[in-house]
Amino acid sequence: MLEIKNLHANINGKEILKGINLLVKPGEVHAIMGPNGSGKSTLASVLTGNPAFEVTEGEVSFYGKNLLELLPEERACEGVFLSFQYPVEIPGVSMVNFMRTAVNQQRKYRGLEPMSASDFLKLMREKKEYVELDNKLANRSVNEGFSGGEKKRNEIFQMAMLEPRLSILDETDSGLDIDALRIVANGVNALKSAENSTLVITHYQRLLDYIVPDFVHVLYNGQIVKSAGKELALELEEKGYDWIKKEVGE
Amino acid sequence: MADEKDKIINEVTQGEYKYGFTSDIPTDYIPKGLNEDIIRLISSKKNEPEWLLEIRLKAFRHWLTLEMPHWAHLNIPEIDYQSIYYYASPTKKEGPKSLDEVDPELVKTFDKLGIPLHEQKMLSGMAVDAVLDSVSVKTTFKEQLAELGIIFCSFSDAVKDYPELVQKYMGSVVNYTDNFFAALNSAVFSDGSFVYIPKGVRCPMELSTYFRINAINTGQFERTLIIADEDSYVSYLEGCTAPMRDENQLHAAIVEILLHERAEVKYSTVQNWYPGNKEGKGGIYNFVTKRALCKGDYSKISWTQVETGSAITWKYPSCILRGNNSIGEFYSVAVTNNYQQADTGTKMYHIGKNTSSHIVSKGISAGHSQNSYRGLVKVVGKAENARNFSQCDSLLLGDKCGAHTFPYIDVHNQTAIVEHEATTSKISEDQVFYCNQRGIATEDAIGLIVNGYAKEVLNKLPMEFAVEAQKLLQITLEGSVG
Ligand SMILES: Nc1ncnc2c1ncn2[C@@H]1O[C@H](COP(=O)(O)OP(=O)(O)OP(=O)(O)O)[C@@H](O)[C@H]1O
Ligand SMILES: [Mg+2]
Repeated sequence: MLEIKNLHANINGKEILKGINLLVKPGEVHAIMGPNGSGKSTLASVLTGNPAFEVTEGEVSFYGKNLLELLPEERACEGVFLSFQYPVEIPGVSMVNFMRTAVNQQRKYRGLEPMSASDFLKLMREKKEYVELDNKLANRSVNEGFSGGEKKRNEIFQMAMLEPRLSILDETDSGLDIDALRIVANGVNALKSAENSTLVITHYQRLLDYIVPDFVHVLYNGQIVKSAGKELALELEEKGYDWIKKEVGE
Repeated sequence: MADEKDKIINEVTQGEYKYGFTSDIPTDYIPKGLNEDIIRLISSKKNEPEWLLEIRLKAFRHWLTLEMPHWAHLNIPEIDYQSIYYYASPTKKEGPKSLDEVDPELVKTFDKLGIPLHEQKMLSGMAVDAVLDSVSVKTTFKEQLAELGIIFCSFSDAVKDYPELVQKYMGSVVNYTDNFFAALNSAVFSDGSFVYIPKGVRCPMELSTYFRINAINTGQFERTLIIADEDSYVSYLEGCTAPMRDENQLHAAIVEILLHERAEVKYSTVQNWYPGNKEGKGGIYNFVTKRALCKGDYSKISWTQVETGSAITWKYPSCILRGNNSIGEFYSVAVTNNYQQADTGTKMYHIGKNTSSHIVSKGISAGHSQNSYRGLVKVVGKAENARNFSQCDSLLLGDKCGAHTFPYIDVHNQTAIVEHEATTSKISEDQVFYCNQRGIATEDAIGLIVNGYAKEVLNKLPMEFAVEAQKLLQITLEGSVG
């Protein structure tokens, strides 16, 4: 369970998050929408501990632990996963080697033995199916030369491998073609459970047709200015953000 | 944020040197210093023939006329050549013929270094010549190799047992007049390895020499000579370590390789001499002359080096492509951390027709270190259709280190195609964070990224060495990025 209270964060001295409050219970899907530059990716970065951002105020607890005290890799091992808006390329590092390191470090954190090579490869094969990830991609270097859509698929593949308790999907739908969108969304749904929660950052209602949110929040200017059920996404699709901006008094 | 990054860089580069122990092995020294009497003494200790002493003395007299080279991008403190011991050997009665006669302490030392001298314990498929300080203490699998006509022994044994081969080839690739350190080595060299692969023989196992400096204030001056006869093949590995000491120690080696027609030699080095401490105190000065002569048509030399150790490295394994259609390759990863300095690269001399060369250099600098690539591609007038491709990449970890590239291209034939590409990059915080976000701790993330960066070169190493080298890269950079 994720609880965010009055979260403020800066980058290079500029305040981007200006008091975020959010409660995400196990099994819930929350969508976060909002205009460009409103702070959605920043929120994802801050939750996952990106050192580029500085938290100036507020609290974040995750299953009772103070998330803000943990290193980024510890947060990951606690089960916080981010599907990046812009996944980076790591030349020369094979996906297999990368995932194996990640899986085994997470296992170690939980006091488990490293996975044997054969078990690991079996797991890879199994999880690739979720997002119909091409075999060739899995044998290449991490994201190197992947198309935009392939990168996004690869993110969800990694999510499937790591089985996080909280998945943050930052515009995973952007760059996906119509079929890929369905495949990726189905992958996400297949991994959903009563324990796992999901934060979906998106600009489009389309994705929310597949991954149906319990709540939709509008992030504007570093604050959540409106929260409602899934119908809010439809309303935003239709009317844009101007009426919300007006509501907040701009 | 900048602080955070510095902190991580510091952490990743503060790895400890694992091979810094000293062994308590009774050692014979000869007096310190260098003069003709010392050289005669070394030669007589080794019961050398007169012709070899003559070479030593000529080399010494020539050395006296030379000055230390200063063209490298290195800051080399004054070296007092009179304060060095030029010969130190584990005390023994006679050269050990079987392992039972080798001092158990010595066996233990090499065991600790991961180099078992017991043949039954060894990785199958690798024969080892173990050199401690100035002498070779044990060569394994000699007999099996002899059945194929392959000679693999210490240089000293070669002088005794195959004097005509040694006399014919020694100095034919690297003459004592070549440079300051080559002259010094030729005057005082103590031991090293000798390899001869006969016509048409593919050496069935990796040959490897492991160099270890143990004695204090001692220089190590080994010489390796490899002769690959027509249609032969050998893969040769070289590894080296030294104890941690506050004093700098000098290592000036010569490696000569001669390739006849269609011969192929792969020479791999994992150089891990003690690099000095974090403040730059101590460490090995590594001044090495390595050269291969592709004398025969269609011969091929491939150098692969992973340079992680030494306080100062001065080393340019080169290829003389004299045979028509001969090929020279150079694959290098050089890592420097703390106050290490490296000036390394290669020289490709295209002399025959249709010769080609390929250079891949990956420099990784961290801490306050300086890392330079220096390479020469020379194509002489009659070298028709020469081809060269050079790729020189530098990776910087942190902002206190330096990376430099000095490519020299000297082409005298219009048919030549010479290409050079160079890049400089930093490990990006985004890459590290991406790894972190998957649960990978920063040190391991940097290990992954650096190994990925160096992969093209590491892939050229024989399997067991590649794994070792990957770990070494990570250890060398421990404490340097975050
Ligand atoms: N490294 C940075 N340096 C300076 N400003 C930054 C940096 N990163 C983000 N910002 C600023 O923070 C604000 C919020 O950015 P963020 O990426 O969180 O927006 P977003 O809501 O994800 O937008 P989008 O919908 O376009 O992805 C923007 O004004 C952006 O310019
Ligand atoms: Mg964004």
